[in-house]
Amino acid sequence: MADLFPQGWQHYLAGGLLLGAGMSLLFLATGLIGGMSTVFTTVWSFFSSAPYFREERFVSSRAWRLVYAIGIVLGALAWRLASGDAFLTHVPYWQLAAGGFIAGYGARLANGCTAGHGICGMASLQPASILAVLTFIATAMITANLVRVFA
Amino acid sequence: MVKPEVVLDFLRLRDMGLLLVLGGAVAVTLAAYHLGPRLLARPLAGETFLRHPSEMTVRTIAGAALFGVGWGLSGVCPGPAIANLGTGDWPVAIALAGMVAGAYVQGRIAKLE
Repeated sequence: MADLFPQGWQHYLAGGLLLGAGMSLLFLATGLIGGMSTVFTTVWSFFSSAPYFREERFVSSRAWRLVYAIGIVLGALAWRLASGDAFLTHVPYWQLAAGGFIAGYGARLANGCTAGHGICGMASLQPASILAVLTFIATAMITANLVRVFA
Repeated sequence: MVKPEVVLDFLRLRDMGLLLVLGGAVAVTLAAYHLGPRLLARPLAGETFLRHPSEMTVRTIAGAALFGVGWGLSGVCPGPAIANLGTGDWPVAIALAGMVAGAYVQGRIAKLE
C-alpha cells in the first residue's frame, strides 16, 4: 500500500467522495450535470458573438455554470483557509501555458474533461465517455513520461 | 487533486491517489444518477433530470486524446484550474488562461451543430 500511495490514501478517497457528493447534490437538487470545461465556452458567450458561442445550449446554461464555478472557487478557498496549505506548483510555466491551451481546446472539442466525461459520463455509464477517459489517460501518461525524460 | 504534482505523480505511476479520487467521485455520482430519477419524480428544486451528452464520434475521441496531451503536460484539468483561484496556487492561473484561450479558439473554428 505504501508503494501505491506514498502520501497516504485516506485524503484521496475522502476528496473523491466529497467531489461525488457535490455532483450528486447538484443533480438531485436541480437535475443539472456538473461538467467543468463547458464553463469556458459559456463564459465566452457573454463576450463573443461568434455563432458557436451563441448556441442555445451555451447561452441557456451560462448563468448557472458561472455560479457553479464561483462555488468551486469558494469551496477551494475554504479548504485553503482550513488546511493552511500554501502550496505553489513547480511545474514550469511553459508546460502550464501550453498544456492549459491544449487541454482547453481538446476538452471543448471532446465536449468534456475529467469532470464531464470522467465523472458525469462514467457515472451515467456512457460508452463514449468511458472510451474518452481511457483515451485521455493513455495520452496523458505518454505525455507526462515523455516530458519527464526530455524536459 | 488541485496540485499538478499529484496528477503528474499519478500519470508517472508513482502515486495512485488520483484513482481513489476518480473512483470515489464516480461511485457516489453513479448512485445519485441512477437512484435520483427512480426515487424522485423531479429534482428537488428543478424541472427535469438531464444526462451528460456523450457522443461516440471521432470528434469526442480526438478531443479526448488532445485533452490528455495538455493534461499530461501541465498536470492541470479544468475543475482544479478553476478551484486554484481559491487555493492561491497562482502559477496554475497560467494554465487556466491557456484553457480559456483554447476554448476560444475551439469555439471560433468549430462547425455548428
